[in-house]
Amino acid sequence: MKRFAQLIQQLELSNKTNDKIAALVNYFNYADDKDKVWVIALFTGKKPKRPIKSALLKYWAINITRTPEWLFSESYANVGDLSETIALLLPPAENTSDFQLHTWIEELHNLEGKDDETKKEFILSAWNKLETQERFIFNKLISGNFRIGVSNKMLVNALAKQSSLDSAQIMHSIMGKWNPYEITFHELINGIHVNTDNSWPYPFCLAYALEQAPEKLGDISEWQAEWKWDGIRGQIVKRNGELFIWSRGEELVTDQFPELHFMIGVLPDGVVLDGEILAVQDKQVLSFSTLQQRLNRKTISKKQLEDAPIVFFVYDILEYEAKDFREEPLSARRKILEQLMGGLDGSPVMISPVINCSSWDELAGLRQTSRSINSEGIMLKKLTSHYHSGRKRGDWWKWKINPYTVDAVMIYAQKGSGRRANFFTDYTFAVRDGENLVTIAKAYSGLTDKEIKEVNSFVTRNAIEKFGPVRTVKPELVFEIAFEGIAESKRHKAGLALRFPRILRWRKDKKADEINTLEDLRQLLQSTL
Amino acid sequence: MALIEFTKRGIYCKQGDFYVDPWWPVDYAVTTHGHSDHVRFGNKYYLCHTLTKPIIKRRISEDLNIETLGYGESITRNGVNISFFPAGHIIGSAQVRLEYKGEICVISGDYKIEDDGITTPFEPVKCHSFVSESTFGLPVYKWQKQEIVFNGIRSWVHDNINQQKTSVLIAYSLGKAQRLVKNLAGDIPIYVHNSIANLNEVIMEAGVNLPKTIRITPETTKDELQKGIVIVPPAMRDSRWIKNLSHPVTGICSGWMQVRAHRRWQSADAGFALSDHADWPGLMAAITATGAEKVYVTHGFTAAFSRFLNDEGIEAAEVLTRFGQEDDEENKVDLVDQNENK
Repeated sequence: MKRFAQLIQQLELSNKTNDKIAALVNYFNYADDKDKVWVIALFTGKKPKRPIKSALLKYWAINITRTPEWLFSESYANVGDLSETIALLLPPAENTSDFQLHTWIEELHNLEGKDDETKKEFILSAWNKLETQERFIFNKLISGNFRIGVSNKMLVNALAKQSSLDSAQIMHSIMGKWNPYEITFHELINGIHVNTDNSWPYPFCLAYALEQAPEKLGDISEWQAEWKWDGIRGQIVKRNGELFIWSRGEELVTDQFPELHFMIGVLPDGVVLDGEILAVQDKQVLSFSTLQQRLNRKTISKKQLEDAPIVFFVYDILEYEAKDFREEPLSARRKILEQLMGGLDGSPVMISPVINCSSWDELAGLRQTSRSINSEGIMLKKLTSHYHSGRKRGDWWKWKINPYTVDAVMIYAQKGSGRRANFFTDYTFAVRDGENLVTIAKAYSGLTDKEIKEVNSFVTRNAIEKFGPVRTVKPELVFEIAFEGIAESKRHKAGLALRFPRILRWRKDKKADEINTLEDLRQLLQSTL
Repeated sequence: MALIEFTKRGIYCKQGDFYVDPWWPVDYAVTTHGHSDHVRFGNKYYLCHTLTKPIIKRRISEDLNIETLGYGESITRNGVNISFFPAGHIIGSAQVRLEYKGEICVISGDYKIEDDGITTPFEPVKCHSFVSESTFGLPVYKWQKQEIVFNGIRSWVHDNINQQKTSVLIAYSLGKAQRLVKNLAGDIPIYVHNSIANLNEVIMEAGVNLPKTIRITPETTKDELQKGIVIVPPAMRDSRWIKNLSHPVTGICSGWMQVRAHRRWQSADAGFALSDHADWPGLMAAITATGAEKVYVTHGFTAAFSRFLNDEGIEAAEVLTRFGQEDDEENKVDLVDQNENK
C-alpha cells in the first residue's frame, strides 16, 4: 500500500494537471495489476465493501489513545478529515506491513458478517503496522471518499498515455458496468465488458462571450438566435441499438438520467445530438440549483426524479445516418434536426426553440426578459457555421445578461473544509434595514487565496462572538455580491432570497454605511415579479 | 501576590518592574529569543542570552542597550532573581526563571524538546508556575524523529537533482535555516539567500560552529543551484527569482506540514513536518517535568490545551496574547511566512 499512499500524496500536493497525470502514469507503470483496478474503482467512486462504520473507527481510536471526545473534536476541526485525524492521533506503529492495496481491501471484505470484537482486533492490528499516511488511506477505504482532484477525464488521460489506447474508449470502459473484485486490469482498460465502438462522442463546439455590440456581427438574418440555458451540456449518442449520454466533462452520465432512456427506441441508429440537460417542470425551465440535486449521484431515488425532472433541450445534430454532419452548415443541420424531433413534442427530449427577430434591437429587448424564463441570455450562431471542435472565435457567441449586484457587509464567518479547513472562507452578508443589519446571503469562493488570508486575519482580530464554528464579526468589510435572481422567501428573515449569490469583489473602497438597504432589494424583487 | 501579570504590553513582573517579551516599548525587556514576535524595537534595556545579543543587534539595531546572561547565570533586579535556562527552540533561546521570596515562575518563550543538533537542548526547570506556549497543542501534532524527516528531505533533494529539478527549501532565516544547514550538510552544496548568509555569519562570529554554505549572488548560475540545495526565507516563496530557476520545486519545512489541509493550502511541492516547537507529547512532558502548580497557556491552541491540562488535574489558564490565541489564524496563516519558523 506504500506505493498507493505515495501516489495520493503526490496527487494532493500538485495543482498542475500535467504533474498529476505524470504521477498517475508512473503509478500505472509500476503498480500491481490488481491494485490498478482498485485505484480506478476508487477514483471513479466505486467503493469497496465497508464492513465497519466510521463511528466505530472513531470510538476505537478514542479508546486506545485515551483522548477525550471534545479533544478529538477540536483536533478534527483543525485537521478537517476524520480518517486523517484518527491516523494522526494513533501512536506510532510498532510493526510494518507489505500488504498491497487489494490485499487490504480483500481482508476488509472478509470481515463482513464478523462480530465487532473480531473487527476491532483486525483494525487495531492494522493500525499498528501502518505508517501515518498508509493509515489515513486505510481509514479512507473504510469510511471515506478519495476526493483528491482526480477527475475521470484525468484518470482516463493517464491510462491512455500509459496504455496507448484511445481515451474515449477507456472512458467508456471504466464508466461501464464492472466488478473490481473480479475484472483484470487488462480486461478493464480494453473494455471487454462493453462495446466501445458504439459510444464515441464528438468534441463540443463552444462559444466565446460577446463583448462587442451585436450590430457589429452584421445582418441579423445571417444569425440563428436561441436562449442560452444554464444546465449540463451533453451529447446523446445512439448507435447499434445502444444509447449513451455524455456530459461536457466528457464523462458518461447515461445512468443518471433514466428519463432519456426512451430515446433508445425513438432515435434511429447512427445519430448524435448536442444539447443541454435542464430541470423542467410544466414546460418551465427550473433553476440550476434544482438540477444540481440530480448531479453526481450513483443512484437516483424516485423522489429526486419527481422533484427535479429533467429535459434534454437539443441544440444540434452532429451525426445522422451514421455520417459525420459537422461540416454541414448550421441551417442544414437544423432542418434535419427539426424533422427528426418532429414527433417528440411533450417528451423529455425537445428541440431548443429558435428566437425569431427581425432586428438586433428587438433581440436586445427580448434578452432583457431572459431571467423570467431562467435563461442566462442569448446564443448567437451563424447560419453558415460548421460545428467546430472546441472554442473558435467568430461563428458562435454567447450574449449573456449581466448578474444583479448588491453591496453588503460581512457579519458572520465560518471555517471551510478540506483544503480550507483552517481558514474562515464561508461568509454571511447583510444589508441595512433601518438601524439593523439583516442577513441576505451566504457565499464562499470568489476571493483569491491571498484575499482569503486577509479576510481571515480580519475575522480573527474582530470576532465578537463564537457560535460553534461560526464567528460574529464587526460589520466592516464590504463586498459586492453578484446574484442571478431574487425571490420571495418565508424562510429567510429578510423575506427574500438571492439565487446563486457569490462574491464579485471586495469593495475596500466602501464603508459599512454605504451598503445597500433591504428596501433596495424589495424594489428589485417587485420589479421582477 | 503573583510574580507575573498579563498586561497589554505583555508579561509583567511587578516586583522586579520588568517585562518579558513585551509587544510595546518598555524600560526593561527580558527577551527569550530573537524572533520578531518576541523582541521588538524601542525598549530602553534588553536582557537576553549571550548568543541572542548579536542576533538582535543585527536584526533590530546595532544601537541597543543589551545585558546578557549565559544559561544557568542570573542577575537580580529589584530583588527578583532572573536566570536563563535552555529552551531548545533556536540558537540563544532561553526560558526565563524568576525567583522572589521563594516563589518561582518560569516563562518558556518558545521551546522544543528534541535535540536538533545545533541548539542547546531544552532543560526542564522546577517551578511553581509555568508559562507555556501551545503552538501545536493538539494531540494530532506528534513529530517524527528529526533524522527521519531529514532522510525524507535528502531523498527528495536526490530525486530532484536526478530529474533536473532545483530543490528550494523555504525556511525562516533565523532558526530553521541553521537547523537545515547543520543537518543537511554533506556532499551536496547548500546555497543560502543573503538574509540567511548574514545571520549565519553573525552566529558563527558568536562562536557557533556551522557547516559551510554558499551565499547566493547574482553570479551564482542556475546550473550550480540545480545541483545543490537552495534555502530561502518565506518572503521569497512566490518570487520571480524562484520561478526563473531551472525547474524549481519548493519544499516547506514546518510543523504545520503534518496536516494535509495545511500542505495543500500552502501549495508547495513538498511539505516536511519539521518544527522548532514542542509537539503534544513534548508539551505534556515539559509541563509535567516542571512540577508547576499553575500553568499559563499562550501562543497557539490555548483553549483546548488549557482545558486538557485542567482535566488532567493541572491547574491551567488561557492567556490571550497579541500573537496567538487559538483563533488567531495569523499564527497559522503566517505560520510559514513568519510564525512557525520563529
